[in-house]
Amino acid sequence: MRKLFAQVAPIAAMVLALSAPAMAAEEEGATPHYPLLKPKLVDWSFAGPLGGYDKGQLQRGLKVYTEVCAACHSMNLVAFRTLEDLGYNEAQVKTFAANYEVEDGPNGDGEMFTRTAVQSDYFPSPFPNEEAAAAANNGAAPPDFSLLAKARYVERGFPQFVFDIFTGYNESGPNYIYSLLTGYQEPPEGIEVPEGAYFNPYYLAGPALAMAPPLSDEQVTYDDGSPETVDQYSKDVSAFMMWAAEPHMEERKRTGFMVILFLLILTGLIFMTKKSIFSRVEH
Amino acid sequence: MSSDHSTYQPSTGFGRWMDQRLPIVRLSHDSFVSYPVPRNLNYAYTFGAILMVMLVLQILTGVVLAMHYAASTGLAFNSVEKIMRDVNSGWLLRYLHANGASFFFVAVYVHIGRGLYYGSYKAPREILWILGVIIFLLMMATAFMGYVLPWGQMSFWGATVITGFFTAFPGIGEPIQQLLLGGFAVDNPTLNRFFSLHYLLPFMIAGVVVLHVWALHVTGQTNPTGVEVKQKTDTLPFTPYASVKDALGIALFMLVFAYFVFFMPNFLGHADNYIPANPLKTPSHIVPEWYFLPFYAMLRAITFNIGPIDSKLGGVLVMFGSIIVLFFLPWLDTSKVRSAVYRPWYKLFFWLFVINAIFLGWLGAKPAEGTYTTMAQIGTLYYFAFFLIIMPLLGLFETPKRLPNSITEAVLRKDGGNTGNTPASAAATPDTRG
Repeated sequence: MRKLFAQVAPIAAMVLALSAPAMAAEEEGATPHYPLLKPKLVDWSFAGPLGGYDKGQLQRGLKVYTEVCAACHSMNLVAFRTLEDLGYNEAQVKTFAANYEVEDGPNGDGEMFTRTAVQSDYFPSPFPNEEAAAAANNGAAPPDFSLLAKARYVERGFPQFVFDIFTGYNESGPNYIYSLLTGYQEPPEGIEVPEGAYFNPYYLAGPALAMAPPLSDEQVTYDDGSPETVDQYSKDVSAFMMWAAEPHMEERKRTGFMVILFLLILTGLIFMTKKSIFSRVEH
Repeated sequence: MSSDHSTYQPSTGFGRWMDQRLPIVRLSHDSFVSYPVPRNLNYAYTFGAILMVMLVLQILTGVVLAMHYAASTGLAFNSVEKIMRDVNSGWLLRYLHANGASFFFVAVYVHIGRGLYYGSYKAPREILWILGVIIFLLMMATAFMGYVLPWGQMSFWGATVITGFFTAFPGIGEPIQQLLLGGFAVDNPTLNRFFSLHYLLPFMIAGVVVLHVWALHVTGQTNPTGVEVKQKTDTLPFTPYASVKDALGIALFMLVFAYFVFFMPNFLGHADNYIPANPLKTPSHIVPEWYFLPFYAMLRAITFNIGPIDSKLGGVLVMFGSIIVLFFLPWLDTSKVRSAVYRPWYKLFFWLFVINAIFLGWLGAKPAEGTYTTMAQIGTLYYFAFFLIIMPLLGLFETPKRLPNSITEAVLRKDGGNTGNTPASAAATPDTRG
């Protein structure tokens, strides 16, 4: 085995040496790579193999979403009934749903009509269709929130992405959203920001995005004493979006814990069986 | 080899009655209980059983997923989300199936690597090897079509890029592409036929697997020494020896698999596939799933024209050629010695090949520009040189180490603590202690 390593090591070194100039070339490349800055790392309650959602945080996030984001962003895969995951009871969800009007029909006369939403309805979209959304927002339709926390990933690069397997890093999405929301700033010298766009070094697809800074301090009232700051709002809404994208995460981790435990015991038993069986023969 | 080990004795009257009419129990007993396997098989040899488990798992989860999936461009994306959110344990089924595809490929790459290292493709196992390459091709087609079904951005654009390869062939290319797509662009007919084929191909894989296992049971397994089984002491009955080892291999593999399914379920996928397909918006980087990246790197490495072959056709030919070359492997390797254990130079080139394949995989995920392209060209060159130049020449120039006379001798020598090169004097001794 050592001999094998001795044979392989110089080759591995050669490969690394070959790839080094490539990395340098990337940095000096004519087109800058976006995002300009890697996302900030937030200490989320739902990180790690045992992490779960902080219900208070999800409720605050829902409040930020409904009072601010929902003016432009739909979330059409999330049903009101699932809000019970956030710690609300059935009556509270019913009351919450009743704040919304949804289109239904056609009725017996063939007419579409609007009615008060019930638990089985989904969050209605702020715009009738994507074209209307784009037209009202400088040509860029605001993305749907349902899966955004899983649909955004900033390259971690080698070897970080290998380490991520062992540290269990799954929070790229919420880290990105948090960084974007708190990352608006004045553009540095030499960066042209087009009309109607806002500079943000955390933005994945360019130096600036069409969304104006959406949050400001004391914009949303919290009744649990949490700080009413852009930073806190951003964290809360990012956590909420993670829940919206992955509502069964806690169940998944609980099941996974049992499965891993079962497999460990099973592996141990098979290992001892194997040892005992092979103790009878030379192999 | 296949018939002389039948030790099945029906113990009941019904068993005897059945055995004279349809000896299916005898077949299973002969194949999986009394079947003799080389006594020195290591854990690299458990991946065949692991692959069997993965195939069954993919088919079972897939059949249930298909009950909830809607193959229509307007419904597909949301039907998958419905599975994730509302179907009982739907998230588990889908994560098992999506990560299962990745781990299927992990296992198949180890399995193929094992075959390359121990020379499992050499006579008399050429057909066994070729059937394996056919399974690999079917797996690639199945995985590609499966990735299109969720109808996310990478699904759509991956399908567009890969079916676009066919247009590189002059004359016949475009009709083939239109036949695959069911139109001029990726759309509802494409999704429908991909779904149909994605459901069909796994059963074809299962069929070829039967032939693969049949061929295996005719020739018998290879083993780390590469020396054929010569005497009874060289082998052990499949059960309990190989089956318990396979079980341990499967359990360990499942542990790693479960870690990904439950704790990193989206790590091996692409985030863009959580964005619904949009034919008007091209993603900035279109990349295939990780298990296709080495082939993708070789496709993009051909940036120059070779005579009448333009770079696009050249890339496609290189990519298909990288698999086709595997079919000829049994005749490209000229060495009389099977196992890399006794081939010092082949061993070196083999590990270089493995590193090169991983290196190409890394390049496949990088943009095809500047030094990356040059590196991919070097990697592609080595990939083909390994099969077309190194393998034929090594057999002529390499001096292999001395082979053991038999598996039994190799086993006893190892246990005796002697080093690899000293000739063992002892002839075979009784194999069991207890």
